[in-house]
Amino acid sequence: MSSATTARSTQVTVELRVNGRTYPVRLDSTTTLLDALRDDLHLTGTKKGCDQGACGACTVLRDGKRIVSCLTLAAQCDGSEITTIEGISEDGHPHPLQEAFVRHDALQCGYCTTGQVMSAVALLREGRAGSDDEIREFMSGNLCRCAAYPNIVAAIREVAES
Amino acid sequence: MSDIGYVRAADQGSALALVAEDPDAVFLAGGTTELDLALKDQVVHPSRFVDIGRLPLRGVTRDGDRLRVAALTTMEELAADPTVRDRLPFVREALLLGASTQLRNMATIGGNLLQRTRCRYFRDPEVGACNKREPGSGCAAIKGVARMHAILGAGPTCIALHASDLCVPLVAMDAEVELLDADGTRTVPLTQFYRTPGDRPDVENVLRHGELVTHVQVPLLPAGARSGYLKVRDRTSYEFATTSAGAAITVEDGTITWARLGLGGVGTVPWRAWEAESVLVGAPANERTFRAAAEAAIRDPFTVPGTAFKVELAKRTIVRILRTVTS
Repeated sequence: MSSATTARSTQVTVELRVNGRTYPVRLDSTTTLLDALRDDLHLTGTKKGCDQGACGACTVLRDGKRIVSCLTLAAQCDGSEITTIEGISEDGHPHPLQEAFVRHDALQCGYCTTGQVMSAVALLREGRAGSDDEIREFMSGNLCRCAAYPNIVAAIREVAES
Repeated sequence: MSDIGYVRAADQGSALALVAEDPDAVFLAGGTTELDLALKDQVVHPSRFVDIGRLPLRGVTRDGDRLRVAALTTMEELAADPTVRDRLPFVREALLLGASTQLRNMATIGGNLLQRTRCRYFRDPEVGACNKREPGSGCAAIKGVARMHAILGAGPTCIALHASDLCVPLVAMDAEVELLDADGTRTVPLTQFYRTPGDRPDVENVLRHGELVTHVQVPLLPAGARSGYLKVRDRTSYEFATTSAGAAITVEDGTITWARLGLGGVGTVPWRAWEAESVLVGAPANERTFRAAAEAAIRDPFTVPGTAFKVELAKRTIVRILRTVTS
């Protein structure tokens, strides 16, 4: 494991493993995972909404579990497996949730969409898409100010039932 | 750019030493409160984060009629624990009604206990008057837009709310906190862990600098007891409590023989409603008893215009949860 720093330094060396690729990076110690993904790795699919853990736009998976990347330091993720929206397609085909979002018109401006999709990927794995109410409850950490909620629920339900 | 340092602790001993040697160093676990306050709101100013996230303080063990929860267990992990599901159902309910799944995957049990208030004046560095940040500077919330604030344990110095859902059933169950520092371990009942603001709103608990929460012990519900957690809030999900109540009750032949009641959304600390429990035990399980318990629980509240509604709302929340767990 790469040591994620020395005591007095405000720079850290971090090995970020994102979507199966390894990126050794040197960062300010307080760089968030979100900023590292966007500004250092140029993986801009992950969006910055509130930047305070309230909106879910920056949702990614860490070791298979959904988290908000804005309240996570990149240094905390040294060696963890990160999955972003860029990493969920298979053999060049969009993930079934991405296709369902398109089919159900589950977005308007689209800014929250990558976070919604990442959260939904985890939701299906968690087995929490058993009913519309359950989908709504366990997707509540992802806000959509265009209020595409009914179509988001419909898209997730379709994939859950397929 | 920030000049806050970061170091990952290799083991428990070095974690303790790294914080103890620097009065401005802080432990970093899930980060959902600490990073928000330090990097985003910039109302706390640590010199460095000592990351304890990979220390082997994770998991739940059962010891007879007690559960011992390691402090770095996440909220989602504790909610999924089969013993919690069967023997502490209101702990599970409180966990799953808190935050979002993303935050529950990050936030730890130790961190949940130590979460800071959501008072918007505390969290706004442009606000000068905050006795919690700067003792003696005043309280902007009392004359400001108060709503998500406390009415119990509050006073003219501070009305900041302790917003934890989890702590409500934990104080009701007489949970205990295990603390560790270089001098050794000590165990503190959660009901004695927190301090109401008084003249030192900046001192929120008995934790000493460099002391680490390592475990939380929770007695299981006695056989035959039923429990429930009711959270009243401004939107259906993903919102802090306006008022909440966690109750555990045993009823035999229509009479309440054992009762525990914790309250959220109303206290400067997670609130144990001792007086209400005294009213309940030995009384018939009916509406008149529940209302009397509610009146006993919310006695001498400290309100401002924005929080006065909570007096009646909290009482109705108590009545409703008591009705639910005894029906």
